[in-house]
Amino acid sequence: MKRGGIDIGSRFIKYVVITDDKDISFSKAETGHDPLSVCEQLIGDNKADKLVATGYGRHLLEVRDNVQTITEIKAVARGAKEIFPRCRTVIDIGGQDTKVIGMERDGRVRAFECNDRCAAGTGRFLEIMAKALGYDINSLGANCNGDDVSAISINSMCAVFAESEVISLINRGIKRETISRSLHSSIVYRVTALARRVEVSEDIVFAGGCARNQCLVNMFQDHFQRDILVHDHPDMLAALGAALH
Amino acid sequence: MSKDYKGMWNDLGLNIDAHDGLLAVLTDAYKGIYLSQKGRPKGMDYFDFVISEVHGLRIEELINAKEGHRKIIGTFCIFVPEELILAVDGVCIGLCSGAEVGSDQSETHIPRNTCALIKSFMGFKLSGLCPYVESADLIVGETTCDGKKKAYETFAALTGKVYVMEVPNKKSDHDMELWQAEVRKFANKLQEITSKKIELEKLKEAVKIVNNKRLALQRLSRLRGNDPAPISGLDALLVNQISFFDDPVRFTAKVNELCDELDQRVRDNTGVVVAGTPRVMIAGSPMAIPNWKLHAIIEGANAVVVAEEACVGERNYRTLLDDNFTSVEEGIDKIAQRYLTIDCACFTPNNERLDNIIAMARALKADGIIHYALLFCTIYMMESYKVQNVTKANDIPFLRIETDYSMEDMGQLKTRIEAFLEMIGR
Repeated sequence: MKRGGIDIGSRFIKYVVITDDKDISFSKAETGHDPLSVCEQLIGDNKADKLVATGYGRHLLEVRDNVQTITEIKAVARGAKEIFPRCRTVIDIGGQDTKVIGMERDGRVRAFECNDRCAAGTGRFLEIMAKALGYDINSLGANCNGDDVSAISINSMCAVFAESEVISLINRGIKRETISRSLHSSIVYRVTALARRVEVSEDIVFAGGCARNQCLVNMFQDHFQRDILVHDHPDMLAALGAALH
Repeated sequence: MSKDYKGMWNDLGLNIDAHDGLLAVLTDAYKGIYLSQKGRPKGMDYFDFVISEVHGLRIEELINAKEGHRKIIGTFCIFVPEELILAVDGVCIGLCSGAEVGSDQSETHIPRNTCALIKSFMGFKLSGLCPYVESADLIVGETTCDGKKKAYETFAALTGKVYVMEVPNKKSDHDMELWQAEVRKFANKLQEITSKKIELEKLKEAVKIVNNKRLALQRLSRLRGNDPAPISGLDALLVNQISFFDDPVRFTAKVNELCDELDQRVRDNTGVVVAGTPRVMIAGSPMAIPNWKLHAIIEGANAVVVAEEACVGERNYRTLLDDNFTSVEEGIDKIAQRYLTIDCACFTPNNERLDNIIAMARALKADGIIHYALLFCTIYMMESYKVQNVTKANDIPFLRIETDYSMEDMGQLKTRIEAFLEMIGR
């Protein structure tokens, strides 16, 4: 049987199909303005026998096709556990939200914390900051080898205010690598505050598109003093978890 | 609504156009949230009717009461002793504070970062939308938080009829003395504005009326402890919200009728949901009508709310008043004692609240607790951390929510609540 999981996120829709012998296929497309059509396209290209939806837009499919849904919190925990069996903590930074999930040894969600109502410190935030600094989002994490950030700090996590701070730092003549590094450390500061509330244990998996950012990974590693596990497709884990549900 | 009340609203000085708009929104919300529920008890018909006439027939009743020389006393808090109001033939009414209205106008008087409840009652007044405020002869405030305390100063200037009771912040002997003096002063104020003397017999009768209301609400609460739950959390919340502005004797009879029906459901082992549905208890800030946001999300996600540990809820009816007194003086002291048992977060320390939460969760067989605080409701936000610790020690799943009356965080709240329900699902 082919089991499908679709994760309708704020920026991308991710689709996973897993076969009985655990062969995983993964595809994704930008969410855009018409997520249902994007879903149809992805699903149509690789039909599954059973489909479970997750992510911010999960109810779109539930309402239309009576597709079963689970939250992205449960889904990403399930997906992370599948790939990394010793995982007990998931840090997930997606397009517009950030969550830290604590799990029991058997994989059940024990506690979770999410960012507040705005997109502060998420992928979208990084996109805007990358633009302000003149970087491509994919190269932002590789360009934060500036000086120690103790001299400057980005205090605001609001994308609008932080952008103003960034511009004023640029105009003070601060190197963009240094500003970039400071931006990353402000995100890490915020995520680790969430993590403290769920009590981190055993292996930490970093999921969501932002896990591609090597600077964030390194900073988490320094903070938690342990390896941070990242899948080749870190944004696939919630869709995988949905497929396995 | 059964008839045209425009003349009455006009006389009260309401903003008729804006008021029509508000009623239209409320009617739609009520249809969507309440009337669409399945398996509602027949006994809810009365409460549906009350809501449909909340700014109509009930206001007409108040105006008739005024013509019969009864005074209308508006309140915002369960610390205001209804017994004393009834003892001078007054009518005790909770004032509008549960909808996001007139925030642009309220923000010219109070900071933007004020809790939604305070902003709401200011907004209702400033935009001319609350017929209760306009009908009231006296509005009683209290010092249960800094926001309300200071807002009442402005509210007094706007309405010219605010009276503030000082609620102490601790529960020692001299706090009790202060509170007894406050209750006595309030009794005098009521006697003064009504030109009526509180008589022992009348006070005893008033105590009986309010105790009977509490008993009916306690009965409703106990019934929710059954699995399957015989009534939705939304409906039970509505009954609790209505307890603040309906006639107490009529209300009590209707709640008891509803409970008779629920008793039968329990005997038949039927409910509004199937047995085993995840059961959620809510603890924290009050939900003034028409604030149904959290219940609607939880029950929309196929769980059932079985308790509100809140002022609109258990805190309002947990303790009966000891009616064993032989003089008005003694009765007033008993009133003061009863009201100082309330485990409001304004007290320090307030450990009895933690014990009460655990006892309630057990009695009502809650699978998890959602702590609900209005944004900027500092005292409940502060206590939520203590509640989290005590739930952890007792192995009860816990989720903290901070929100307001707006709909902009619905998506995130839904995800968090659904994830919490997945966590506690049996």
